[in-house]
Amino acid sequence: MIETRDLTRVFRSGKDTVEAVRGISLDVSEGELVAFLGPNGAGKSTTLKMLTSLLAPTSGTALVAGVDVTADPAGVRARIGYIGQKDGGGHNYRVWDELRLQGRFYGLTNAEAETRGRQLLDTLDLVGMEMRKVSTLSGGQKRRLDIALGLIHEPPLLFLDEPSTGMDPQNRANLWEHIIRLREQRGTTIVLTTHYLEEADTMAERVIVIDHGLIIADDTPERLKAEQAGDRVRLTVHPRDVPTARQVLDRTTTDLSQSSDPDGVRLDARVDRSSYALPELVRELHGRGVVVIAASAHQPTLDDVFLNLTGRSLREAAESGEAAA
Amino acid sequence: MTATATTTAGAVRRASTLSDVRLVWLRETLTIVRDPFSLVFSLLQPLVFLALFAPLLNGLAGGTVGTGTTLQFFLPGVIVMITMFGTSMTGANLQFEIMTGAFERILATPLSRPALMIGRALKELSPLVVQAAIITLVAVPFGFQLFPVHIAVGLLILGVFGVGVGALSYALAIVSRKTEWIFWMVQQSLLFPLLILSGMMLPLESGPEWMQIASKFNPLTYIVDAERMLFAGSVGVDVLWGALAAAITAVVGLWVGVRTVTRADF
Repeated sequence: MIETRDLTRVFRSGKDTVEAVRGISLDVSEGELVAFLGPNGAGKSTTLKMLTSLLAPTSGTALVAGVDVTADPAGVRARIGYIGQKDGGGHNYRVWDELRLQGRFYGLTNAEAETRGRQLLDTLDLVGMEMRKVSTLSGGQKRRLDIALGLIHEPPLLFLDEPSTGMDPQNRANLWEHIIRLREQRGTTIVLTTHYLEEADTMAERVIVIDHGLIIADDTPERLKAEQAGDRVRLTVHPRDVPTARQVLDRTTTDLSQSSDPDGVRLDARVDRSSYALPELVRELHGRGVVVIAASAHQPTLDDVFLNLTGRSLREAAESGEAAA
Repeated sequence: MTATATTTAGAVRRASTLSDVRLVWLRETLTIVRDPFSLVFSLLQPLVFLALFAPLLNGLAGGTVGTGTTLQFFLPGVIVMITMFGTSMTGANLQFEIMTGAFERILATPLSRPALMIGRALKELSPLVVQAAIITLVAVPFGFQLFPVHIAVGLLILGVFGVGVGALSYALAIVSRKTEWIFWMVQQSLLFPLLILSGMMLPLESGPEWMQIASKFNPLTYIVDAERMLFAGSVGVDVLWGALAAAITAVVGLWVGVRTVTRADF
């Protein structure tokens, strides 16, 4: 569905040049659900804009739905759906007009556009909103209209740029419900960008981590976490027990670190399947007379993956990215 | 400029640029159809202007001419003014759509790039014709002489000119999309000199020579002259000059507009 080779994009303003995308090669097969994860300014949206033909690449090639983005941008646009970060519906226009005409823009007949428009209003819970001005809709309604606008031509490939930014948890869940239903019904290939770790983690089947305009990791969230971060256990013990506790931990865990804690000394270590390993460890420590004050098991998040890959937390990276932009 | 494309899921057809223009025009026009009140409201300003300014002009002329003659001179000017106000500000609508995101959504559709500009600019025609027609009809009871065929030609020239100005306004809106105030600064600092130097409000014959020379380089001058001639019910070489000025403005405006929309990185 998507095939890119060494895709780059350089922005020039005056004497400054910014290499927003520095060489992205990736393949996405039909039916995949892929998330581009990275901090703001990492190059996710720029990549997405090149794939949707909204932005011409500086160099490299991209085939999207079998069409070259540089040679035939309109051909790419005819075969994909795109839901951007901002409101798709014109604020001064009526919901129904926007939806109907969007279908016509993609070459549907008036009758087809109206039939599909009605279905979408129904599934997206927008019935009764037809003659409302877009500006009078609530945030959630506007977002649902964006989805309807992106789906009216039933694209086999759908791009979503930061789909849930600024949405409350309920609307976010609602959005995902629609995306997942769409995949089940039509097998739509979905590519989205996000800087929400939980979203990439729970929803995407494949996460492509992008930083400074390059792909730095590309795998399922499970494998990324297992390989790049791994489970950890955290135990707080009495200071006098530290040497014994370290002996025990050294045998079964790796990457052991020690820090002070108001209640004693905290030991932090990497171990496989932490929820199962933790009771074993506590039992063994107890058997050797070590007083365990507190114990917890930690599954890694994609932030740990990002931290391991870049030495920065995604949150910090997002802040510095914003400052630079 | 016809491209045909078929996808696996649901055949997606690409229509011609011409039908794309029509769709873009339709989208813009629907906002007027849905809110006819906004059109009614936009009529008030020129009517008030006409009612307050025409008597003064009458006094200036020393009371030697009747109200009818003053209107005959002044009304075409007011109609040109409405055209200039409306079409030069229209870029603000596009800027708003760029800001809120709707324009990006439309850019992502297969609509042809020139159609995005041409369809929008053509939309300026319809309200302009309605406004001009109503203002003209209102003036009739006050002694304004009506020449329907001449007026129709006059409105056509004005419409073509308005499409050009509209396209330039859109181009300005795209160029200044990141700093909104620049749009207004440029629009305002061009609008008033152009209006005054066209002899739209006051005749330039009594003005200094430099103003008369400057007015020769103002396309609006030729439009105003042509409109005055047509609204007075006569036809002459001034009408041709006006038509030419309108056509040149439209071609240059659309060329600049299409180039701007095609080249901008949104």
